[in-house]
Amino acid sequence: MSDAPKPQPGNPAHPPAGGHGATAPERLDARGQALKALLPEVLPLLQASLSIALDEVVLTVSPEQLVEVCRTLRDDPRTRFDFLRCLSVVDYGDTLQVVYHLWSMEKRHKMVVKVNLPADNPEVPSVTGVWKGADWFEREGHDLYGVVFTGHPNLAPLLLWEGFPGYPGRKSYPFHDYKEW
Amino acid sequence: MAEARPLEVRELLINMGPQHPSTHGVFRMVVWVDGERIVRVEPHIGYLHRGSEKLCEGETYLQIPTLFDRLDYLANFNNEMAFCMAVEKLMGLDVPERAQYVRIILCELNRIASHLMFYAAFGLDAGAMTPSMYAFRERERIQQVFEAVSGARMMHDYFRVGGLRQPPPDDFKERVQRILPALEQGINECDTLLSRNEIFLARTRGIGVISAQEAIAWGMTGPCLRACGVPYDIRVVEPYSLYDRFDFDIPVGTQGDCWDRYMVRVEEMRQSLRIIRQALQQMPDDGPIMAPGARRLPRPPKGEVYIRTENPRGEFGVYLVSDGSEKPYRVKIRAPSFANLQALPVLMRDCYVADCVVILGSLDIVLGDVDR
Repeated sequence: MSDAPKPQPGNPAHPPAGGHGATAPERLDARGQALKALLPEVLPLLQASLSIALDEVVLTVSPEQLVEVCRTLRDDPRTRFDFLRCLSVVDYGDTLQVVYHLWSMEKRHKMVVKVNLPADNPEVPSVTGVWKGADWFEREGHDLYGVVFTGHPNLAPLLLWEGFPGYPGRKSYPFHDYKEW
Repeated sequence: MAEARPLEVRELLINMGPQHPSTHGVFRMVVWVDGERIVRVEPHIGYLHRGSEKLCEGETYLQIPTLFDRLDYLANFNNEMAFCMAVEKLMGLDVPERAQYVRIILCELNRIASHLMFYAAFGLDAGAMTPSMYAFRERERIQQVFEAVSGARMMHDYFRVGGLRQPPPDDFKERVQRILPALEQGINECDTLLSRNEIFLARTRGIGVISAQEAIAWGMTGPCLRACGVPYDIRVVEPYSLYDRFDFDIPVGTQGDCWDRYMVRVEEMRQSLRIIRQALQQMPDDGPIMAPGARRLPRPPKGEVYIRTENPRGEFGVYLVSDGSEKPYRVKIRAPSFANLQALPVLMRDCYVADCVVILGSLDIVLGDVDR
């Protein structure tokens, strides 16, 4: 494990960058429909980036807008997304996507916020100021995917040891480099 | 004679773990203390990190439930359930009723077994040895049912995408029915043994308090959040499987301290028994156990799904991205212990070093779940 990770030729079974349009049918429930109608009012400038993935309303924003959008979604009395369900990083080759799953305890509706980052310079502002619980999720994203969450209070390694070479979550990290005996 | 110097006061750094019997696995925390008071806590995790998320990308959908068994190893059925549901939702599969009921009964039994384990460990953390004996006696009854159903006591690998691996044994209903009265009595015994013990109360009441608002902000879920008085249970707020058919209550606490977190779990065991009784009544005696259209090697369509279930430890989420092949493109596991453990420094501020172990125990973490 001392060698730096060697880039691996792309797996042909996996789609190229950006190929993440959902093709499973849409199944929005009543709350999701209401939210979909409501979001353009709450965030008037971002109508174009709304989409649906299965049963979730998805909003894609740029890294610059992210914190502002998250704060609005949390504080606006019509949305009240006070709970961060999950924060994930997905590697799409040239793009690293950070996915925020939100939930409102009061309104009981849910949505997804996505940010696309270039894989060679993945930098996104931290949302720890909006949801404290993002803390470890962001550290994990930094650990395994190398996403830099600017403004995070302590972006130290969490799951890996200090000085671990490479980002083992990424698709380019060697995977099946062992042989069965 | 030299003049008497004033006593030098300085902070002391204590390293707890990773090989510490009361950290429930390989967990390390560095504690700064000023006398007996805790000044700062820094949790260190990752000693059990196996890269489960990455491993999932290299396995077929049929193989992955075995990996999920090994996350939260005290709630194996609940983990399998979450992953199978994610794939089923993406594929649009309708799991037959009989399989759904078997799943729910096993998941609720697993919840009781997990909470009994918590009860045993928490008693030990607070210095009570006897409760663990009672808890393990009751847990054994459940383990025997699990063994009869899946052939294994821990890593079951019993749920399949679309249903179950094999039908439950013919006497499944009788077996479960038979242990229910004993379990109920056992839980009551456990309750009377520990819950209102004076020493136990002194060790847990008002210790490790967190407010509801803060718990939500930190992403706490499950019994830890409900102890703060928030009736947040995925089985109710976003019902999955057949949970909307059962009549049960969500136990909540009032103070958000260690005792509340303990008591919520004890009450939850009783509610799980209620669910199991209703499920046994409603469950059809025969019928298919695999969904029509389910394949041995599932191949969900392109797309993504986020599924969450109420695990014994809280909200267990699976974010699955599929590219249409027989292996997932990305699996993100939202582990309840991981999110609950984050708030540890908040829970431990200004408490005494002697309460460390009790506060950590009250979170009921499983390190396999935290580190994945």
